[in-house]
Amino acid sequence: MKEILPPKQRIKIPRADMPEQDAAARIHNFLEVNRGLEEAVAKHEAQRCLICNDPKCIAGCPVGVKIRDFVELILDGQYLKAAAKIREDNVLPAVTGRVCPQEHQCEGACVMRKRATPLAIGYLERFVADYERAAGKIGIPERAPLTGKKVAVIGSGPAGLSCAGDLSLRGHTVTVFEALHEIGGVLIYGIPEFRLPKDIVRQEVDNLRHMGVEFVPNTLIGKTIGIDELLETEGFDAVFIATGAGLPRFLNIPGEQLGGVYSANEFLTRVNLMHAYEHGVHDEPVYDCRAKTVVVVGGGNTAMDSVRSAKRLGASRAIIVYRRGLEEMPARAEEFHHAQAEGVEFMTLTNPVEFLGDEHGYLQGMVGARMQLGEPDASGRRSVSLVPGSEFTMPVDVAIIAVGTRANPLIQASAPDLKTNRWGYIEVEKQSLRTSKRGIFAGGDIVSGAATVILAMGAGRNAAANIHAYLATGQW
Amino acid sequence: MFSITDARVIGPEVKRFEIHAPRIAVKQGPGQFVILRLHEHGERIPLTIAGSDPARGTITLVVQGIGKTTRLLNQMEAGDVIRDLVGPLGKPSEIERYGHAVVVGGGVGTAIALPVARALKKAGNRVSAIVGARTAGLLILLDEMRAASHSLHIMTDDGSAGDQGFVTGRLEELIAGPEPVDHVMAIGPLPMMAAVAEVTRSYEIKTIVSLNPIMVDGTGMCGGCRVLVGGETRFACVDGPEFDAHAVDFRNLAQRNSVYRDQERRSLSEFEAHPESDLIQMHHNCRLAHLAHLAAHHAAS
Ligand SMILES: Cc1cc2nc3c(=O)[nH]c(=O)nc-3n(C[C@H](O)[C@H](O)[C@H](O)COP(=O)(O)OP(=O)(O)OC[C@H]3O[C@@H](n4cnc5c(N)ncnc54)[C@H](O)[C@@H]3O)c2cc1C
Ligand SMILES: Cc1cc2nc3c(=O)[nH]c(=O)nc-3n(C[C@H](O)[C@H](O)[C@H](O)COP(=O)(O)OP(=O)(O)OC[C@H]3O[C@@H](n4cnc5c(N)ncnc54)[C@H](O)[C@@H]3O)c2cc1C
Ligand code: SF4
Ligand code: SF4
Ligand code: FES
Repeated sequence: MKEILPPKQRIKIPRADMPEQDAAARIHNFLEVNRGLEEAVAKHEAQRCLICNDPKCIAGCPVGVKIRDFVELILDGQYLKAAAKIREDNVLPAVTGRVCPQEHQCEGACVMRKRATPLAIGYLERFVADYERAAGKIGIPERAPLTGKKVAVIGSGPAGLSCAGDLSLRGHTVTVFEALHEIGGVLIYGIPEFRLPKDIVRQEVDNLRHMGVEFVPNTLIGKTIGIDELLETEGFDAVFIATGAGLPRFLNIPGEQLGGVYSANEFLTRVNLMHAYEHGVHDEPVYDCRAKTVVVVGGGNTAMDSVRSAKRLGASRAIIVYRRGLEEMPARAEEFHHAQAEGVEFMTLTNPVEFLGDEHGYLQGMVGARMQLGEPDASGRRSVSLVPGSEFTMPVDVAIIAVGTRANPLIQASAPDLKTNRWGYIEVEKQSLRTSKRGIFAGGDIVSGAATVILAMGAGRNAAANIHAYLATGQW
Repeated sequence: MFSITDARVIGPEVKRFEIHAPRIAVKQGPGQFVILRLHEHGERIPLTIAGSDPARGTITLVVQGIGKTTRLLNQMEAGDVIRDLVGPLGKPSEIERYGHAVVVGGGVGTAIALPVARALKKAGNRVSAIVGARTAGLLILLDEMRAASHSLHIMTDDGSAGDQGFVTGRLEELIAGPEPVDHVMAIGPLPMMAAVAEVTRSYEIKTIVSLNPIMVDGTGMCGGCRVLVGGETRFACVDGPEFDAHAVDFRNLAQRNSVYRDQERRSLSEFEAHPESDLIQMHHNCRLAHLAHLAAHHAAS
């Protein structure tokens, strides 16, 4: 049974460490780095929670996972119930436990942060989700009686998946259309196996199938089927657009067309979706990085995933080139630490100004320049500018551009009456997620711009609630 | 799963397939393409839609076996299935009434040029088609091209069929001929398209080429298919594949297309030495499809 220690003692317990694959070994494979907590360790960690009356952690979680309650269930040893508790607000706990930027969300808000270190909420979330999966007893909630209403979801990333799950539970018939051949969006094609094993995503997708969701891959809405056709001829009563922010941004500097210069999306798609790291078994190639110098431009999660993938593909030097300082890097703290342990080099306050090629049009070098930080702008971010005369040249074999993405205009091009803002993101009514077109809702990265898995899931849930209300009343 | 309803060899290492893909069959326009993946471990490759039969729900692909994936595909027969197929991708050709339109097809490019020629003819253009190949045995789809044009010009390097010479030579003659050329569409190997662009540039004749950069997703997500057109980066899978020939940087495209040459050679030679494992993958698919079909049948009855 639950042993409750007085708060003073709880605070003295050191935060659990995540067991991980040794850095020297893991740079030669794509297996998951974090191994997960043992049951006893998880229980011990749960002891640290102060079970606050006013749990600040919950406010820090974008979907309001009932953290205190699930931690109490862990203390009770009721792991399946703990998982079910999380699922009330978050349908992909095995995913978010691994990829949420906890330090800015739940753990960033935990009161323990001020006094010692925050509760390892992410580790615990992952623990119960993995426990549930290993037990083969995923607590799939009961489905409401069929309503006879049909909803089309476009895109199978976290926004699309969570919306589909919720609507299906409410008794609607949901079809998810996905352009690629695999379901999962960025969870499949972007985030690498060593951070998020694909089996986890596949299992979550299977759960949704069992909940009655139908998945149709290889279908590009706007091309294979027009968005208006979904409502007019395909018999759908409502549509949720969750197509993500998949258009890669480039630097627009000379030499970006050279062979050996990739967008992070292309590099990661080849490596993850197409398994280029198993070339020989899988057919899709990726440039042979062995004994090569690979630079990755950018400082976010995408940049970390690219540079660590390059390291695993055998790069002799894998270097992050980032125009601001380490403190400004938007990547999850854990990814930065893992990258560092794996021997990734960091060239901060540096930006490429040109890529240099050989006579065959292949990348050979990079001209970089030093950057300096200026005053914070209105959004609080410090501006950057080039230090005049600081240019230098270095040899580089592969360059991966990870400086963000924009809205993919494909859907909008097929529906010119769908309102978008000046960056091409779809405009929605804040509360209802309604677009300018009747019956069509949108959410996730295609509305917010590139954000996080949990925010996309939150948007998907919110959309499901609003779509449900619309289907019930027919009022727009 | 997409089943092959008909497959026939129409030239050396060139095969024409009819594939059941009803949604694409009704949606496709000339110049658009699909991306397919043969089996679980396969790569994604783009292939142009050479025609369609909406009533039967099929599309036509014409495939030249040049590397592992296309050679494996060319071993498939009617009844086999392709695991993944998405489309129609890219923008359809801009078809207008230009007047005298010349369609130039080189090698397997002839198959891609065919639907464009048909559409130009239907739109009321006078269509001259020029098809070229090294030698007679490599010419494909002559009858179809003849039907899709008002006059067909056949050119071979060795004179073994039609007239001896290059397609560009005949193009020059047509331009100098009695009927002014208003529009040119060229599809074939990169050097051929680049040469056509050079010919028409000085005459300022609007010329369109269909580019074939290496693609992955075909949806604008990876940027791998980027080409330089008029000094700007364009994504061939969503902005193209057809572009103004006079603005295209062909050299850059040729260089980008050769990035994986070593790996491609290795894959091909491994495949040719041991085709079994891939063939098993393909037929594994078929069996699954068969079982799924049986299950569906069972459920229905
Ligand atoms: C490499 C990488 C690492 C990241 N790491 C993290 C992390 O550690 N933690 C975190 O919280 N966030 C991370 N993110 C961000 C997070 O993944 C995204 O914010 C989130 O996936 C957005 O979800 P979404 O459902 O809006 O779209 P996506 O996940 O982008 O999914 C959109 C899907 O729609 C499909 N699609 C697009 N257009 C069409 C169409 N016309 N028809 C049919 N289908 C279409 C796409 O193929 C795609 O599968 C990362 C992102 C990347 C790229
Ligand atoms: C829009 C478009 C339409 C095309 N239409 C046709 C067609 O109708 N019929 C036809 O026979 N061929 C067509 N191609 C070319 C065809 O895609 C390539 O021949 C095929 O991908 C080669 O694959 P492989 O494994 O057999 O050969 P590989 O040995 O892998 O490659 C041989 C060469 O093909 C090119 N190539 C390789 N992989 C890709 C890829 N993923 N995407 C594009 N090019 C690649 C490269 O230039 C490479 O050097 C088209 C290409 C594009 C971009
Ligand atoms: S979903 Fe993310 S932010 Fe919310 S509790 Fe879980 S790990 Fe923390
Ligand atoms: S704020 Fe921290 S200590 Fe308090 S309930 Fe939440 S996790 Fe536990
Ligand atoms: S093929 Fe990926 S963007 Fe065109």
